[in-house]
Amino acid sequence: MKSINGTQINYYFICKTKLWLFSHNIQMEQESDNVSLGKQLHETSYKKEKEFLIDNLINVDFIKNKDPIEIHEVKKTQSMEISHEYQLLYYMYYLKKEKDISNTVGYLNYQNIRKQIEIELTEEKEEELETVLNDIKSIVDSDVPSPKKSRICRKCAYFEFCFA
Amino acid sequence: MSKKNYYLLSEGILKRKENTIYFVNEKGSKPLPINKIYSMYAYGQITISSQVISLFAKEGIPIHFFNYYGYYNGSFYPRESLLSGDLLIKQAEHNIDFSKRLKLAKLFVEGAAKNILKVLAYYKIENNIKNTLTELNESSKITEVMNVEGRIRAEYYQYFDDILPDEFKMEGRSRQPPTNMINSLISFGNSMMYASVITELYNTQLNPTISYLHEPAERRFSLALDLSEIFKPIIVDRVIFYLVNKKMITEKDFNQDLNCCLLNDKGRATFVKEYNKRLETTIKHKDLGRKVSYQRLIRLEAYKLKKHVFGMKEYDPFVIWW
Ligand code: SF4
Repeated sequence: MKSINGTQINYYFICKTKLWLFSHNIQMEQESDNVSLGKQLHETSYKKEKEFLIDNLINVDFIKNKDPIEIHEVKKTQSMEISHEYQLLYYMYYLKKEKDISNTVGYLNYQNIRKQIEIELTEEKEEELETVLNDIKSIVDSDVPSPKKSRICRKCAYFEFCFA
Repeated sequence: MSKKNYYLLSEGILKRKENTIYFVNEKGSKPLPINKIYSMYAYGQITISSQVISLFAKEGIPIHFFNYYGYYNGSFYPRESLLSGDLLIKQAEHNIDFSKRLKLAKLFVEGAAKNILKVLAYYKIENNIKNTLTELNESSKITEVMNVEGRIRAEYYQYFDDILPDEFKMEGRSRQPPTNMINSLISFGNSMMYASVITELYNTQLNPTISYLHEPAERRFSLALDLSEIFKPIIVDRVIFYLVNKKMITEKDFNQDLNCCLLNDKGRATFVKEYNKRLETTIKHKDLGRKVSYQRLIRLEAYKLKKHVFGMKEYDPFVIWW
């Protein structure tokens, strides 16, 4: 399997079906309103800083070259925090393992509440993250998990696909 | 859906000025904002420039061309942006693996037949179609499945004479060219249906050339033929019954000569308008709990097929439930 990207980490916490579909390149044609709202937000609010794409896997919203290096992710709502946290942890983990950069600190920027949360890659978190990464690999390599209807489905781009 | 299907019924030129397309004909110049176009059906002789084509390509808008007789000529099918290798392999596997293909072929015929039965039930017409359908169980070749399908359709077309007024008698199905009014309407409508399904397939990641009931070699987009079967009775045929029985289409809407009978410009416009109205009609979807248009139902059918080939859920063809 190819390497894991940030979106997969995110989807792992949201829905396993979504993770599988996305990982197998099953995409939905119409962007949901959510996506475009996110994009807009992105374009309007954080224009100055540059987006970073690392090895085509990791798409960091912006990086501040300080000591330690600040990795920033911008989110529009606070509702899916754990996935955000692990996404950011993964970025730091990836930089550490693949690029030998370990003096990093992560920040989640919540736009709507003007809040910033600091994330640190501790040894404990690293272990948890590794479990998540292995779990993702095995889900993607198995059969597609059956969709289960939940609150988030209605806003999901795969909704019609899953339940028609 | 804010995007619309556009139908070009007269001769004209499609021009592009920045991000707007203009349809220019003898009546003048009509702007068609690009972000409002979902797909286009061109019936008249259309002159089209490469700038227009490149904008359609960029925006992912298919255009379907029909000839003077209303037959499908071909489509501009913009290059796909969302290919999935995994899906292509699964789709092909379901064609190559004979038992998998046979299963899907039967499901298409079954779905089509069930929709036909609904149409006939509406007109309270007794029939033998259910019995013919049971022969699917014994069919072990695609040709046998096709044969069952052909017989069901032949029987079904006979009943058109009970539904429609005398002057619209079927007298056997004639295709190219259609020799009477009813055949002309069926051919015209089926070509449109085929094009509509192509549009929906374009908007999924399915490969439109890999089919199950029809032979992939039969037409370029043979998967659209498979899916059309499900929707022809409930879209095309119901449009025909409606228009003819309401006298919205009468003899005056055809050009007739000895061996050919075709809708004229006015008849074509009436048909196209009603057909599009059907596509846009919404119903409350049982499983989704939201309103979807008939056009969207075609898309959902494609999604169901996708799920089938991925082994997520067996394809269960759409059968109208009201
Ligand atoms: S619709 Fe629901 S089950 Fe399907 S992928 Fe989205 S969140 Fe998961």
